[in-house]
Amino acid sequence: MSAPIELPRWADLALVPAISVAAAFVVAGLVVIGIGENPLTVTRILVTGSLGSADAIGFTLYYATNFIFTGLAVAVAFHAGLFNIGGEGQATLAGVGVSLACLNLPFLPAPLLIPAGILAGAAFGAVWAMIPGWLQATRGSHVVITTIMFNFIAATLIVYLLVNVIGRPGSMSPETSEFPVNAHIPTIRAVLGAFGIDQPSTPLNLSLLLALAAAFGVWLLIYRSRLGYAIRTVGAAPGAALYAGISPGRIVVVAMTISGALAGGLAVNELMGAQHRMVLGFTAGYGFVGIAVALMGRSHPAGIVLAALLFGALYQGGAELAFETPTITRDMVVVIGGVLILFAGALEGLFRRFVARSLAFAGRRVKEA
Amino acid sequence: MTPAIELAGIDKSFGAVHANRSVDLAVMPGSIHGIVGENGAGKSTLMSILYGFYEADAGEIRIGGKPVSIRSPADAIGHGIGMVHQHFMLVEPLTVLENVMLGAEGGALLKGGAGKARAELTRLSEAYGLAIDPDAVVGDLSVGLQQRVEILKALYRGAEILILDEPTAVLTPPEADALFALLAQLKAQGRTVIFITHKLREIMAITDRVSVMRRGEMVATLPTADTSPPALAELMVGRRVLLRVEKAPRAPGPPVLEAVGLDVVDAHGVKRLSDVSLTVHAGEIVGIAGVAGNGQSELLEVLAGLVQPSRGAIKVGGDLLPPHRRHPARLRELGLLHVPEDRLRMGLVPSFPAFESAALGFTGDPAFARKAPLGALFDRDAMVGHARALMDGFDVRPPDPWLRSSKFSGGNQQKLVLAREIERRPKVLLVGQPTRGVDIGAIEFIHRRLIALRDAGVGILLVSVELDEIMGLSDRILAMCGGRITGERRADATDAQDLGLLMGGVSEAA
Repeated sequence: MSAPIELPRWADLALVPAISVAAAFVVAGLVVIGIGENPLTVTRILVTGSLGSADAIGFTLYYATNFIFTGLAVAVAFHAGLFNIGGEGQATLAGVGVSLACLNLPFLPAPLLIPAGILAGAAFGAVWAMIPGWLQATRGSHVVITTIMFNFIAATLIVYLLVNVIGRPGSMSPETSEFPVNAHIPTIRAVLGAFGIDQPSTPLNLSLLLALAAAFGVWLLIYRSRLGYAIRTVGAAPGAALYAGISPGRIVVVAMTISGALAGGLAVNELMGAQHRMVLGFTAGYGFVGIAVALMGRSHPAGIVLAALLFGALYQGGAELAFETPTITRDMVVVIGGVLILFAGALEGLFRRFVARSLAFAGRRVKEA
Repeated sequence: MTPAIELAGIDKSFGAVHANRSVDLAVMPGSIHGIVGENGAGKSTLMSILYGFYEADAGEIRIGGKPVSIRSPADAIGHGIGMVHQHFMLVEPLTVLENVMLGAEGGALLKGGAGKARAELTRLSEAYGLAIDPDAVVGDLSVGLQQRVEILKALYRGAEILILDEPTAVLTPPEADALFALLAQLKAQGRTVIFITHKLREIMAITDRVSVMRRGEMVATLPTADTSPPALAELMVGRRVLLRVEKAPRAPGPPVLEAVGLDVVDAHGVKRLSDVSLTVHAGEIVGIAGVAGNGQSELLEVLAGLVQPSRGAIKVGGDLLPPHRRHPARLRELGLLHVPEDRLRMGLVPSFPAFESAALGFTGDPAFARKAPLGALFDRDAMVGHARALMDGFDVRPPDPWLRSSKFSGGNQQKLVLAREIERRPKVLLVGQPTRGVDIGAIEFIHRRLIALRDAGVGILLVSVELDEIMGLSDRILAMCGGRITGERRADATDAQDLGLLMGGVSEAA
């Protein structure tokens, strides 16, 4: 007989996540002590490595761009009550779309080719997510299962395509030829350089602005539009959706399609913004981490941007850490990320109760005084 | 005489909610003691404390004059307290005997215990005239018999004091009468019964004394003979209320909703409605009387377009509806609106702010959309303003469009749903359980609104498990049992007994 714990909005949005993150770092610190390193030193390296220089910030934002896209993808599906685990597969297919557009339309000027690549990526990702959505709506096949299966299908399909169909002829490694220069999304360094501001060379590119625009667009969609209202109704009260005349099946397909298109943004940032060709495994788990980002950001675009920044910093700082402290490998950084996910997602209820009690206690003290 | 149970100064808070404020209650042995109060008055909390679900923050429980500590239902059972919950705690696939033994098996092997239990069960059944087969599977029993199993369970555990929480909510009138006879017999044997209800008629019928709770406080305890329903209602609400809203006779207009020979088959292939035909005229309230689960919900759903009939035809405003127009959104356009039975599952979205729930089903209204190029986006000011107007018109409290829908009380949620549908000027209104979980004060308001709507020429189909409500509001009454219409009566030419027989399936032909 436990009622849901009600908290003031500010505590829900800021205090609880902050405590979760702090607890995660405490536990991660204990792990660090366990392997014989000084957690303070490690923290210093993490912070300076991710935020300590223009160079570090560039990389952090570059990673954060990926997380914004995949986090938004998970969140949109989540508002419709769907758990889209398929970000990896959808981004992989989006990579195929990006590559096909960029390699087959080299004659287009950059202002046309870049949007064409983005749209092709979004479309391929959307279709790859739409199929599980359609199966869920018509056959009742659970989207969690089907999206995971579609990740595997995508992973093998891409190997076949890169080796046999769209791979660079004569190459020993599974990758496409380099995209034409007019398909490269300009780096922030190039853009700022045009205004005379000097920046170190990082892969950070204008996809970051696309990601922020996508976050704003998702916010408008979910909280301000009729379609978003329908999506949220289907997710929160399916009975009420039926009553209102909203077709849950149609909304499931639409929400998954939008979700897949957003996951496609990962391919845009990675392939058109940084690597300029398609390589095997470019999704590198960003799709899965997007789940944690969406959980931590409470499926709200603003929260997702903040959570993406945190995970971006962790990725970049973690790379520095692995480089500076030989005992701490990249795997160790994955552990810290895992602890963070555990505390921010699964164990969040732990602190809600604590926060609610503390606030009630503080409230009583104030009243008595 | 020493009271069987005495509660002294019981105090309980849940966070900011003060559910029981220094409550005193004395229940005499061998009596039936009624407890009435509106939803949220603290009745259930008080009984949960007595049965060990919660511990009181302060106060004392005395049984037979001795202070006791009750920290779990096991303690309560040990002190001879038994509880029959509103929602039965039975394992449906097990037999009566197995259910009665559950938790009191008397050893790791069932065999020895079962023999003793069977003997004891037979003795109890005979002592109270409870004709119950110990080997019957509980899931096959009627609701009334399942309730007897619950009572047997408590008696088997040696309950001297029996708490019944809203026991008649799920019973037909004849089943309720049988229950009352059983309670009288328990009383005659010297057992004590605490009877929680919000139906004042039942309080008057069987209790010896009655206690009234309001906002966590015990406001009065009276001998039942010295009080009356209006007096009790006034004590519960704290002001005078009309238990039965007056309505003037009114000649019905043309038919606005007609159903002919409707059959509905559910996903498991079970027939839920068979051959249901009915007509609702403009300016008429047609009540559907029936025990919960006899097809009324399916009737509302099929008429509202939520499920499709496997056979039959539906006419709205005289036009026959082809299947593709039997869709909630199309029906809304035709002026057929629906206040669903389950407001939390269907009527609103609990996690949405009130102004969003106030637009449920009407998000396509151009008044809610922004100007041309941004037509897909909401004009939130318009939505909030709309919700505020609904709240003012229907006295929804607190009148805060930003408050989450789940945070309103049941009555205020219901008023919001009613306001949303009524303010759209329906031609036909389907209303399911309009006052379920709603306070007496709000019931009066809702009844007035429905009658005003009828007087304005709207055809209303009313489904309710509250027979008083059906009889008080309707012009014509149809009784349902087992998915069929078992009879039709004019409201001024019937009574509870007559309807009870029809609801029990004694159809006119028989």
